[in-house]
Amino acid sequence: MKNKIIEGQVIPFDQSNIDTDAIIPKQYLKSIKKSGFGPFLFDSLRYTDPGDLSTTKKRNINSKFVLNIKPYSSGNIILTNDNFGCGSSREHAVWALKDFGIEAIISTSFADIFYRNSFKNGLLLISIKKDELDKMFREITMSPKYNLTINIQNQTITTPNDQVYSFAISDSDKERIIFEYDDIELSLKHKDKIKIYEDRMKLLKPWVFEKNND
Amino acid sequence: MKKTLYDKIWDEHLVHENEDGSSLVYIDRHLVHEVTSPQAFDGLDIQKRDIWNNNSIYAVSDHNVPTQNRASGIDDKISKLQVDTLIDNCKKHKISYFDLNNINQGIVHVIGPELAITQPGMTLVCGDSHTSTHGALASLAFGVGTSDVEHVLATQCININKEKNFKINITNKLSNYVSSKDLILHIIKEIGTSGGTGYTIEFTGDCIENMSIESRMTMCNMSIEAGAKSGLVAFDSKTHEYMLNKKYSPSKKYLDEAVKYWENLVSDHDAVFDKILSFDATDVLPQVTWGTSPEMTTDINGKVPNPDDENDSSKKQYIQRALDYMGLTANQDIKSIMLDKIFIGSCTNSRIEDLRQAAKIVEGYKVSDNIKQAIVVPGSGLVKAEAEKEGLDKIFVKSGFEWREPGCSMCLGMNDDSLLPYERCASTSNRNFEGRQGDKGRTHLVSPSMAALAAIKGHFSNVIDFANEK
Repeated sequence: MKNKIIEGQVIPFDQSNIDTDAIIPKQYLKSIKKSGFGPFLFDSLRYTDPGDLSTTKKRNINSKFVLNIKPYSSGNIILTNDNFGCGSSREHAVWALKDFGIEAIISTSFADIFYRNSFKNGLLLISIKKDELDKMFREITMSPKYNLTINIQNQTITTPNDQVYSFAISDSDKERIIFEYDDIELSLKHKDKIKIYEDRMKLLKPWVFEKNND
Repeated sequence: MKKTLYDKIWDEHLVHENEDGSSLVYIDRHLVHEVTSPQAFDGLDIQKRDIWNNNSIYAVSDHNVPTQNRASGIDDKISKLQVDTLIDNCKKHKISYFDLNNINQGIVHVIGPELAITQPGMTLVCGDSHTSTHGALASLAFGVGTSDVEHVLATQCININKEKNFKINITNKLSNYVSSKDLILHIIKEIGTSGGTGYTIEFTGDCIENMSIESRMTMCNMSIEAGAKSGLVAFDSKTHEYMLNKKYSPSKKYLDEAVKYWENLVSDHDAVFDKILSFDATDVLPQVTWGTSPEMTTDINGKVPNPDDENDSSKKQYIQRALDYMGLTANQDIKSIMLDKIFIGSCTNSRIEDLRQAAKIVEGYKVSDNIKQAIVVPGSGLVKAEAEKEGLDKIFVKSGFEWREPGCSMCLGMNDDSLLPYERCASTSNRNFEGRQGDKGRTHLVSPSMAALAAIKGHFSNVIDFANEK
């Protein structure tokens, strides 16, 4: 059976309610592309000077921010607290995380729209219990070089101390990460069913389908 | 089986149920704006896919457009490219687009209802989290990311799991000068920013029944700030009246049939909700947020919290971090907070009723000397025209406010309207996140009348006391 293993350094970001405005600030949403957002991930936390899409000068690094501290700066798994990704629906937040190299985020909970956007882009989100999360945070404080191994098919996280935690994930989300399939193509397999539904509704609720009157 | 309003709209739009528990749900209306759509149209082009039904789509530029000097066009080249890209995509795919000089241009969540693009019982999506606003018309509306924008463009459907049902029942009347903004902030303070995650919230009770459609929109708009993608209010005579004589109201031919259909858009008596909470509207005072999350709210007579009062160390840090960012001290009186800027606008509070409430407060007074800028940004061209007809613009301008063109403006500061570092703003918008209104800017969320009063006082003050003394 096809599987995907994510392995790497953890970035500890012990805050709750991290919103998508913090993940990628508004000035970068003016881009009409999907790529290139990595350098602006957590922009206002990561740099001490302001920037936007036209900034060419080298930015001043906030040496206190976790992404600028070794060994976290080369991490690919974020460990964070409750309700990560709340607020704006901007998918740019997920594009920025992916572009930076983040492959998985572990927390106790995530905001709904962010959750959907993440799996649509192959970014794995894992919810674990509060005590498990707290334990991982404690262990990273003791030994910052902290690599996790995430086995998606088996739904397990293995810590450097060989402790294994299991996590829940729906089959479809699991497949989304492993196969990164095209959702539109899957939905269009039901094209005929959509058409039949639509034709039925045109008769039942004709006002919904009235043509624009301009 | 007894059904909630959410169950009814869901069942009515179900196209296909997948084995994994997700469902293909038909989408009646799709609202599109400049910021979250270019990559979706691009995706269609790359895959050579067509749009399923361009008649279901309405587009407008609102997020990054200027709110003044529009005659000269958009100066910012990057913003202009984004707006031009939307115009090009709409032309190419024959999608209705309201350009900047059209009276119907405005914030997508203001124009949807006021043009009756949104109608009861419909499903509606938009690439914006405040799409929840439209639920005030008994329609199932929620925000989606750009991948889902593309998915709905191509398939007219969305593949989702059903949410759970959450009823928030509010009894009694709000006090005079206390608005639905105060009520929803009060609710978020109680249930937290993730209290509604995984749920669709239906607001019920005599307080909601007595509320105008516009006030209901403010409630549903901020459902997302409680974590719920959708808020709902049942159809009633007020919804019925609101739906009439608008640009895209059902034609005469179908109106009776539509109304008959709409009348069923209420939760059945004894329908089962997964979660129910009750609030008493008489408990609600004018609210002011003090922190960097909408749940960090207290009432106008309150104080900034003291992190030392918290036993839990992570909560302590959470509060301390917010106070540091906001430049506030523990136990400080909310009324002692001095302000730099005032913003009246956004999809939460830029409708005619909001502007009337604010104008009523400022009439005959001047904006305080310490306020560097006070702006009113009407939600749409129609709101602006109505306000000007009523003379509200003159009241604002006479008081020292700037009267602007419609758009999202300082709610998220994508255009020129934003806070400078450390500036403090009383804002009628929906998010007080770090940097939301501008890098290092400090946002306090309030109702329109509270923002108006803050403008003339220069600091927060209780609008109920002010009105009683007036």
